[in-house]
Amino acid sequence: MSNKIRSNPLGIKLNRRTFLKGAAAGITASALPFQNAEAFIGEAFLQKHFKEMTDVEIKGVIERLEKEASLEWRKEIHISAAKAKPGVKFGYGLDLSRCIGCRKCVSACVRENNQSRTPQVHWISVLRFKKGEKWLDLENSEKYYNPKEVPEKDFFYMPVQCQQCEDPPCVKVCPTQATWKEPDGIVVIDYNWCIGCRYCMAACPYGARRFNWAKPNIPQNELNAETHYLGNRPRYKGVVEKCTFCIQRTRAGKYPACVEACPVGARKFGNLLDPKSEIRYLIENKRVFRLKEDLNTEPKFYYFFTGWQV
Amino acid sequence: MKIMGKLAVIFSVLFLGGMFFLHSSEAAEEGVPKLIITKPGTSENHPCSKCHKYLSVNKTKRKLAASHSNIILKHAEDRWCLDCHEGDKLKLPSGQLIDYDKPYILCKQCHGTVYKDWKTGIHGKLTGMWDGEKVYRLCTTCHDPHQPRFKQIQPEKPPMKPSDIK
Repeated sequence: MSNKIRSNPLGIKLNRRTFLKGAAAGITASALPFQNAEAFIGEAFLQKHFKEMTDVEIKGVIERLEKEASLEWRKEIHISAAKAKPGVKFGYGLDLSRCIGCRKCVSACVRENNQSRTPQVHWISVLRFKKGEKWLDLENSEKYYNPKEVPEKDFFYMPVQCQQCEDPPCVKVCPTQATWKEPDGIVVIDYNWCIGCRYCMAACPYGARRFNWAKPNIPQNELNAETHYLGNRPRYKGVVEKCTFCIQRTRAGKYPACVEACPVGARKFGNLLDPKSEIRYLIENKRVFRLKEDLNTEPKFYYFFTGWQV
Repeated sequence: MKIMGKLAVIFSVLFLGGMFFLHSSEAAEEGVPKLIITKPGTSENHPCSKCHKYLSVNKTKRKLAASHSNIILKHAEDRWCLDCHEGDKLKLPSGQLIDYDKPYILCKQCHGTVYKDWKTGIHGKLTGMWDGEKVYRLCTTCHDPHQPRFKQIQPEKPPMKPSDIK
């Protein structure tokens, strides 16, 4: 038993337990970012997975994140963690015969969801197709069209954003389970768990996910302070983000920002489980298709037609 | 007394039937949204009769030079003013007059399918709450009834090309 305490070359006498404790503390400390060694960094490092946290724990995390974000953006930021309502599954409809390709949805989305201005992050891409050519020739669609006025003769437009798949490939590939499908059908990302490997971006057949190559750059006065934990709260450098059907708005009963921004009323939104909702009416009564249906991702984003303008 | 009773029954049936008939013609408007963003389009701000009561009726199609020269009809061009207007009201093909705040009654005479879509929220923009009060727009809020086709607008800036990133 006398060999329990050993002397090392420095002449410091340590017993085995003290040495191990010290080593563990050292490893933990070296893993933490040093530049902002505030009290809550340790809490951030030890934060549990969002779905494993109790309501009290979520409340604590949100308080910490609100403090952090408010300090960083010099503005009071509210983060909600509103849960999915029971009996709700969100669906989206987009009338391709009405869309005029004005990109007003894109800019409304950027403002509502605190997307980075430079480097530029857009959750919605509006694609332009030539009428009468091969139907939905995605490879030859144009994303950077820039005419004086829209709609242009002989073209039609198709906005593409996250299709909120029922069987989302992006969720399957995430190594840290930082992205998952919520009970109301919205595929969400926990920016505190995302490690930025971008497997999900490679897996998404719709190109709907965006990566923050730098810290999001947003004018402080344009920052939307009403946010959701799984939605538009300010993101970090090196995390993936995407459309969440404006989770901060839709879980509060409102329409997504793109629906309210569309000048021609081409965008429709509602509860797929409510037989009286407009989304159900259009699925049952209009010509509907889903993008890349053959991949069996079961999108909840329905493109439909009410008739070309003559 | 028996005859009187029978008569009473017959009359009441006729009366109620008549009520029902009247009611069913109103029921055609069932499902019309309640919450509507109205743009100033009422009979009060269309005081046609102020001038027109001094003018004689001229139903011939012609270029309007003296007044209403801003109205160019690009919508069912074979029609003319008095097909849809009469006095301070809108006129249906049946001759029935309606107010300016219910233009959909006139529009649906031709655009019945669009009217149906509008009522269910498929045609036209909705704002408000997806699970609560939805705010609709009237036909004339978005469309100019004389030129209902939307004018072209300037699009927002295209996204940045990867080649332009410095």
